[in-house]
Order: sequence, then C-alpha cells, then structure tokens
Amino acid sequence: MSQPDLIIHDEKDNVGVVVIEKTKKGQDCNAWIMENDKTVKVSSTNEVPLGHKIALKDLKEGDTILKYGHDIGKVVKSIKKGEHVHVHNVKTKKW
Amino acid sequence: MEIPKSFLGYKRENGRAGTRNHVIILPVDDISNACAEAVANNIKGTIALPHSYGRLQFGADLELHFRTMIGTGKNPNVAAVIVIGIEPKWTKRIVDEIAKTGKPVEGFHIERTGDIGTIMKASKKAQEFSQWASEKQREECPLSDLWISVKCGESDTTSGLASNPTVGNLMEKLEPFGVHLCFGETSELTGAETVCAARGATPEAKEKFMKTWSSYNDFILKEATNDLSESQPTAGNIAGGLTTIEEKAFGNFQKIGNLKFIDVLEPAEEPKKGKGLYFMDTSSAAAECVTLQAAGGFNIHLFPTGQGNIIGNPIEPVVKLTANPLTAKLMKEHVDCDVSKILSREMNLSQAGDELIKTMLRVANGRLTCAEALGHREFVMTKLYRSA
Repeated sequence: MSQPDLIIHDEKDNVGVVVIEKTKKGQDCNAWIMENDKTVKVSSTNEVPLGHKIALKDLKEGDTILKYGHDIGKVVKSIKKGEHVHVHNVKTKKW
Repeated sequence: MEIPKSFLGYKRENGRAGTRNHVIILPVDDISNACAEAVANNIKGTIALPHSYGRLQFGADLELHFRTMIGTGKNPNVAAVIVIGIEPKWTKRIVDEIAKTGKPVEGFHIERTGDIGTIMKASKKAQEFSQWASEKQREECPLSDLWISVKCGESDTTSGLASNPTVGNLMEKLEPFGVHLCFGETSELTGAETVCAARGATPEAKEKFMKTWSSYNDFILKEATNDLSESQPTAGNIAGGLTTIEEKAFGNFQKIGNLKFIDVLEPAEEPKKGKGLYFMDTSSAAAECVTLQAAGGFNIHLFPTGQGNIIGNPIEPVVKLTANPLTAKLMKEHVDCDVSKILSREMNLSQAGDELIKTMLRVANGRLTCAEALGHREFVMTKLYRSA
C-alpha cells in the first residue's frame, strides 16, 4: 500500500485529485482508484498543488467532468490528459 | 474497535442529557445585549449570547427567531437560563416555553426599569442559578443520549475524499446505538439534490427534501445578480481545488455515509420522529447552521474542514477534523482530530471513523474542544427577510 500521488474516487471519473504537496512538471503519478483499489499511471503536465485535479484523459469543450461517478460540471476550454483541471477550463452547469 | 456504550453527561429534568452545563444569559433582542453581557460579566460561570436581531420581525422570520431563542434555552447543554428583553411580552413567551423542560429559567424586561436596575435583578438570579448548576455532576448516560449534528466548512477536495467520509463512517457505526443525527446546508447540496433526495427513507421525506431544496434554489435564482460563482464555491474552496458547486455538493454529501434520512426539519426545529438521521433546512454559513442545529436540540457537533474553518458555538461543542495535511500542520490549534493519513493510505476510513468516535466521546465527557479553548462562541441568528 504505497503512498499515492493522486486519488480517484470512482472508476468512471475522468479526473483525479492530487494528494501530495505538489506534482512536478512531467511527474509520472501513481493514481489510486478508491472504488476498486486499482492503480493507474498519469503524467502530470504542470505543477499541480494538493487538492487540485488532473485530467485522466483528453477532454474537449462541452464534455462533462465526472467525479464521485457523477456530473460535476462542463469543460469550457479543451483539456489534455495530465493537465490541471480547475476554474480556468471547467464551469458549473447550475448557474 | 468496540464502541463504548455510554458517556458521562448531565441528566436534565426532561430526560435529555447534556455534554455541557452552561448557565446562559439570553437576550431576546439586539438592544438587550448590553444588559445580558453585563450580567454575564458580573456573575462567573454564566455566558451571554449576544446577537443582532429580534426587533420588528414578522411572519415566518419572527417564528424562526422565537424557535431559535427557545430551542437554545431548551438545549440539554444548558442547565439554566436568564432571558432579558426590552419588552415583557416576547420575553415571557420565551421563558414560558423554556420552562416546559423543567429547568430553572427567569425572565427580565428592561422597559420602565432601565439597564442598571435590570442588571441588578438579573444578576441576583444568575448568581443563584450559577451556584446551583455548579453542583451538578456528570453521570453515566447511554450513547443514545447523544444528538450529533454535522456541517463542513472551508471545504476542499480533501473534505470529499477523506474528512467527510470519516464523519459518514462514524454515522454508520453509531446509528445502531439509537443516536439522533442531523445534516443541513440546503444550498451546498445543489448539484447532488436528486441523489440526496433518493436517500429519503420514505416517499414523504424524499418529497419534502425536494420541496425544500427547490424553494431555496428558486430564491437564489431570483436574488442572484451574477452567476453566483463568487459565492459558491468560495475563494477558500477554489484555492483548495474545488471547481464547481456540484463538486462541492457531492463532497458534502459524503458526511451521511450510506444512511437514509427519516424527516426534513424546518430551521431550528426539534426532531419528533425518534432516533435516526434528519435533514435540516439551513444556510451553509457555518455559524448560522450550527446555531440552528443547536436550537434543534443537538448536543455535540462534528465539523470537517479542508482549508481550515475555525468556527465554534457557545453551547454546542464543535469537534473539528481535517484530512488536509497542510491545515493539520499550519492550523494545529484548531484541529481536534487529524485524519490526513487517509490521503497517504497510512490510515483507512474505518480507522479514521474510530479515531473520530474516540475524540467525540472525550469531548462529550468534558474535554474542551479547540474552539472552546480558543474562545469561539459564534451565535448567529438566521434572518429570512427584511423587518417591518
């Protein structure tokens, strides 16, 4: 049970959360999926701080971000796998 | 872990039990704060609960004011109450309702007497109450005497990953012991509202939840001057990595574990359907929410935080936990229970839940919370609309 760099809630999720102080540019991250206890690898494109999200696949404008296996918002600027996912490229569908 | 079957609490006249033994000086309205604070200053072992409202309110807003005042006085963490208002009528209404619990309560009004005369009369009674309450001893009480409320604040993604699920784990473990449980935060379930409604134990509970949430959402959409992204998520949430209200809502929702809620309560309403989980319609602002839950009769509070909310309450001890390792390190004096090792997988959720149960029981037995030791006494009334 090694320390993960990212944690993913649900197998369906397309983002993972950084759980170390900060990822390094180009870091090959271990991402642990809580739901099924599997580990996947993703390379972090930028430095991403603790608690922030990284894309697990390429996403285009209008795509839905899934976390906890649920819809948490829409992509407003295309995102490459490994990129930081936050308010600059994702928006709520609620207001 | 074997869960202890009891805690040491203060048995009250109406059969409830308190985790604290406060004598409170309760002002009915804003202009009685000075008098209440003077009495609390005169008489040691008492605490004043100043607040900003109580004049010219009407309709549902006035009813909520009374419900909050009365519920605060009735809370089993309160041994005795001095009520001070400007006028006799509203003061008496509050005194009469609190008196139904059987606890000592006395009201004073300031009109035709002035502050100084009222302070003298109220201080004499407060001294009597304080010395009386000081002789109360803690006794063994069943776990089912715990009424546990929960609310998270300054959340970040570590809340949804670890600290909120830790609270959920505690709920799953303690529900079989017959405790009362309460979650709220109507606005911060936006995005997860249908998933939350599905957790209603009965069709009535489900329907009541959707009605409550929709009425709130209609109000937000009517009053909003922008897209609300400035307020929800907050700047603190965003700094912590939360991007949208939906993400925050699904994180928030982890606090109830796999439980179903049996009823939906009005703000500050006392549960009437017995043991189990309740949803209360509350603001998501920390101090307002905990004040309403305490007025509903809840006697211990669990508060997961991500970026480090520091809230406390004058009568209901607020136990804080965090899974954010930076918050645990940089704001150590505010953290009662550190579950950050979940993120490094050095601790699993069940172990974290056990840690939280242990911490909560120590607090129920009398250990001061960080917020109590630091003097946090946020008592904040919820106001529904403008006064007359």
